[in-house]
Amino acid sequence: MAEITSYERVERARSKDRPLITDYIKALFDDFIELKGDRLAKEDPSILGGIALFHGMPVTVIGHRKGRTTEENIKYNFGMASPEGYRKSLRLMKQAERFKRPIITFIDTPGAYPGMEAESSGQANAIAENMAAMSTLKTPVIAVVTGEGSSGGALALAVADRVFMLENAVYSILSPEGFASIMWKDPSRAAEASEVMKLTAQDLYEYKLIDRIIPEKGLYKNLDKSLKASILKLKSYDDEELIGRRYKKFRTIDGEYKPAVL
Amino acid sequence: MGIQDIFADNKIKYKKLVGLRKNITPQESIVCPKCKNAVEEKLLAKNKYICGYCGHHFKMPVMDRIKMLCDEGRFIEFQKDLTTKDPIQFPDYDKKLHDAAEKSKSKEAVVTGVIGIKDITAAIAVMNSDFLMGSMGTVVGEKITALTEYAGKKGLPLVIFTASGGARMQEGLFSLMQMAKTSAAIEKYKEKGGIYISCLTNPTTGGVSASFATLGDIIIAEPEALICFAGPRVIEQTIGRSLPPGFQRSEFLSEHGMIDIVCERNKLRDLIYKIIKIHTLNNAEIKKGNENG
Repeated sequence: MAEITSYERVERARSKDRPLITDYIKALFDDFIELKGDRLAKEDPSILGGIALFHGMPVTVIGHRKGRTTEENIKYNFGMASPEGYRKSLRLMKQAERFKRPIITFIDTPGAYPGMEAESSGQANAIAENMAAMSTLKTPVIAVVTGEGSSGGALALAVADRVFMLENAVYSILSPEGFASIMWKDPSRAAEASEVMKLTAQDLYEYKLIDRIIPEKGLYKNLDKSLKASILKLKSYDDEELIGRRYKKFRTIDGEYKPAVL
Repeated sequence: MGIQDIFADNKIKYKKLVGLRKNITPQESIVCPKCKNAVEEKLLAKNKYICGYCGHHFKMPVMDRIKMLCDEGRFIEFQKDLTTKDPIQFPDYDKKLHDAAEKSKSKEAVVTGVIGIKDITAAIAVMNSDFLMGSMGTVVGEKITALTEYAGKKGLPLVIFTASGGARMQEGLFSLMQMAKTSAAIEKYKEKGGIYISCLTNPTTGGVSASFATLGDIIIAEPEALICFAGPRVIEQTIGRSLPPGFQRSEFLSEHGMIDIVCERNKLRDLIYKIIKIHTLNNAEIKKGNENG
């Protein structure tokens, strides 16, 4: 088989035929109940959240929502969340912690929404608070990058004990177009950007920035198996160990330094 | 001793805005972007890089800022020589780093350490927007995190001055992950009871605004600083029209409830001192009087 280029991975990650969060929920969970609203300002449908059963175990499920049709995509803002979406996610995570439900997040976003209202409502702060809170949640968190995981808008749901990536998912500092635009003032060089950005699951696994690559042949079965195994493992830790390990996981992402003790 | 007594001897005497000399040569001057007057460079440095005509806050060099905040001889720098390992082997990054170091006279985009102000000691970080636009890669993430952990361990207040274009492109996902790493460190520090004062200066954007910059217990901003997640150009492209004046500036964020205090630079040292002082007085006893009179 010919080698797949990084940009081909980007195209696959964005493909219209790719499963959406609603497909994963249908395939992996029973009795999903959607929960809405941030209790502060509004409901942001570009993030979908709720409770469900996973092999009979109560879990909280949160993730970016894209649509199948143009109409749906407009409604869900193409999976680009506003601060209210991240605040809803935070509310549901805190709720999951209270009831000791493991949290599973599905990441598929071109980035957090860069709009006027999103900025006025504190997009930066909403993302920061989400990451900070996730780092100390006393319940297991598993993030699955299913499509495109771009920028802080993706990471805001991915400060997790385990980070999985689908074989053809991409995860990056921002979209290849945005990257090319910043670096070379030319968004049309996205394919070239994709190569140097190191955004494929294969690259990131090599760098130890993700924990597992989920093969897409037999996708749901593979994902089900991996989620189950990791949840069981994570549930065996007490709160202190769980949080300690999660802290260390991100603390040691440093591009080869040993964490300094001053 | 009450709070008033502590602050009584604490009126820092700032020089009035330095007088301006007429007929300065172009070589000696820079044009203020706000009022368009020619401002003499030497005087600008003396005046904490504030325009004497209109009060515009110019970019302030990192060491000048530390001098402004700290009593003389009471700054100790940490991890001064830490440089990046170029984690994704990005093309031409080493040359960029070399040029940035020459231009900024600094090895990375943040300086960290401890400072002394009168009777207090604080952990401090000051970002350097002259070094690759103050972008956050592995070194910035590591230095901020190590400093935060140090402050937690020593029970010191933490003060961070931000100035950043966001996450550093050349270190790819490693840069993005520094948002999670620094946020986790700040969260842990705060949970342990530490006081974190975040001071936002122009510009604070992207991955820095969306991590430690906006996690302060108290968030201060210098006047008219650009503070945003998505930059104005990106938003204009998205919505297809231009943005109103003042959008994403400190005063705008203040109106929207995103920051506590907009503070002019020449009052910052005093303000930070007072805030820290109040947090060290948590357990001070009220000696006179009781509930029953």
